[in-house]
Amino acid sequence: MSAKNEQKATDGMTHEGRFYSAERLHAMHDMMLYIRRFEEKAGQMYGLKKIGGFCHLCNGQEAVCVGMEEAADSKDYMMTSYRDHGHILARGSDPTAIMAELLGRAGGVVGGKGGSMHMFDIEKNFAGGNGIVGEQVPIGIGFGFASQYRDDKRVSITIIGDGGVNQGAVYESFNMAALWKLPVIFVIENNQYAMGTSLSRASAETHLYKRGISFKVPGIQVDGMNVLEVERKMDEALEHARSGNGPMIVEMMTYRYRGHSMSDPATYRTRDEVDELRSGRDPIVRLQKQMIEASLASEAGFKQKDKDIKKEIVGVAKAAEAQPEPDLSVLWDDILTDEIPNAYPYPRQVS
Amino acid sequence: MAKITYREALNQAMCNEMERDDRVFLMGEEVAEYNGAYKVSQGMLDKFGPKRVIDTPITELGFAGLGVGAAMAGLRPIIEFMTWNFAILAADQIVNAAAKMKYMTGGQYNCPMVFRGAGGAAARVSSQHSQAFENWYANIPGLKVVMPSNPADAKGLLAASIRDNDTVIFIENEINYGDIGEVPEGEYIIPLGKADIKRVGSDITLIAHSRMTGYALAAAEELSKQGIDAEVVDPRTIRPLDEATILASVAKTNRAVVIEEGWRFAGIGAEISARIMEKGFDDLDAPVARVTGKDVPMPYAANLENYALPSVAEIVEAARVTCNRA
Repeated sequence: MSAKNEQKATDGMTHEGRFYSAERLHAMHDMMLYIRRFEEKAGQMYGLKKIGGFCHLCNGQEAVCVGMEEAADSKDYMMTSYRDHGHILARGSDPTAIMAELLGRAGGVVGGKGGSMHMFDIEKNFAGGNGIVGEQVPIGIGFGFASQYRDDKRVSITIIGDGGVNQGAVYESFNMAALWKLPVIFVIENNQYAMGTSLSRASAETHLYKRGISFKVPGIQVDGMNVLEVERKMDEALEHARSGNGPMIVEMMTYRYRGHSMSDPATYRTRDEVDELRSGRDPIVRLQKQMIEASLASEAGFKQKDKDIKKEIVGVAKAAEAQPEPDLSVLWDDILTDEIPNAYPYPRQVS
Repeated sequence: MAKITYREALNQAMCNEMERDDRVFLMGEEVAEYNGAYKVSQGMLDKFGPKRVIDTPITELGFAGLGVGAAMAGLRPIIEFMTWNFAILAADQIVNAAAKMKYMTGGQYNCPMVFRGAGGAAARVSSQHSQAFENWYANIPGLKVVMPSNPADAKGLLAASIRDNDTVIFIENEINYGDIGEVPEGEYIIPLGKADIKRVGSDITLIAHSRMTGYALAAAEELSKQGIDAEVVDPRTIRPLDEATILASVAKTNRAVVIEEGWRFAGIGAEISARIMEKGFDDLDAPVARVTGKDVPMPYAANLENYALPSVAEIVEAARVTCNRA
């Protein structure tokens, strides 16, 4: 082996013909681990009743969040359902603002108006955080329509789950997106369960990447537990949409370790099933192994990183918790842009 | 001023706004090549091309949501529903997305857009195609609800609605599309949230919107023959409501009848009469009366349909009772 090749090996590794620098691999790993620990912290805070309402965690699905964001341009639009913490973290929004939102604090990413289900960050082109199953899909093609209208080459990454994919709005959107060749990627996070209903109990066609066939929307299936696979396939899909070829479906085969929401003990599946996924296909462990094998990292290094991240998240939670609740006056903010002062219901008051 | 139809007035407003702002586009069923199911968008495809005047599949939920996304991304959609009956399919996008987006995102995203189309009772189309929904939308914070009753108002209010930075529910009336009236040429804007006194009178206030404004004016003519001088107030914007104009009129006449085509229960008349009771109680010499559509789905047979709707005679009768002249 030449000196040049040895040098290259320590700089990164090649996976399926694609080179990833060590720096990039570490960043992807660290973000996945960050999301995992963030979600665990959120679960803990929920248990302490510091987070209220509905709270949907994405433990196990981190490779989808991170691999997709790695492939995307920061100008690309992204919107998803209520299982949104991982995606907005991967997009690079401030974790303290996200935690503060979970806690209903003034410095929350939407000022404490949305909570877990409604994370938005316009600076990061992250459009929710949408609470009605499937609702974000027509909205997603609207962003794609705007890109095409302005010809600005932005792609709308519209994320749904294996539950959402049965909503009628999704098919109306597939049809229009294909008809007008809108730059939209429909990402289906197939974590096998729509709340407590397994895929086979809800879907006649369980190969969800085929759901676009009658609309001429091509689809691919991706191992969503492999961040490098997600990155590579998503990159291809984005190129397809960005080049004016219209929409594509990317089905990410993934798994959530936790219940549907914090109130779900997930009795509809066996412990063995969850353990098998956790120990056999965990996306973080998998990347760690690959990086160690490629001599890009060590077990000790990952252990230290885990400690650092946990510590960082304790700090984030503390900082978020230290924030005040929103001022009562903001109750009336942001209902209308053009308020009409002399008409009823009068702005900003109990009429 | 030129005399043009209600539909031409709407067309002028859209064309003027599209010439003025290239972010504005019109999307809906049959709006482009067919020139509009009710010919409201006549000629717009030729004028602005297929990029800005867009025929959709029959997919109300989908294209309403597309409009929401496009508005969030910075465009100014006009989304046409062939009629508001079909917008029920799109209610999730209107109510859960458009109306709440600004609030739910802490002010980051807003939905400056117009949902428009024909509302109210049409003629001889039975239950599913003849109904009034303004009270549904008027109940929701984050929406504005606008209903023109004549061609000039149609033009001025639609232009204002397109320029407005919030989501506007713009309900036209199918029966009124062919009405002719004097309409100012060129740019014409009527600010939202302003009622209009369509007839000045001193004995009783008739409050009516959309097609019922014409009925109220006809009733006022009949009442004047009977010695009752009625004032007719058209709110024009249902939400938010210019109640000051209504209350000032009631303070003058001391009597009021609220007229609406829609159903009585939890209708617009219920809200307006409640406000008159809350804020103008001492001005009243008689209880506020309401004339509304009958509490039945719209039937097809001509005589039944006619009976289900409010009539000029019913308004006259309600006014006479309110004036102790029955």
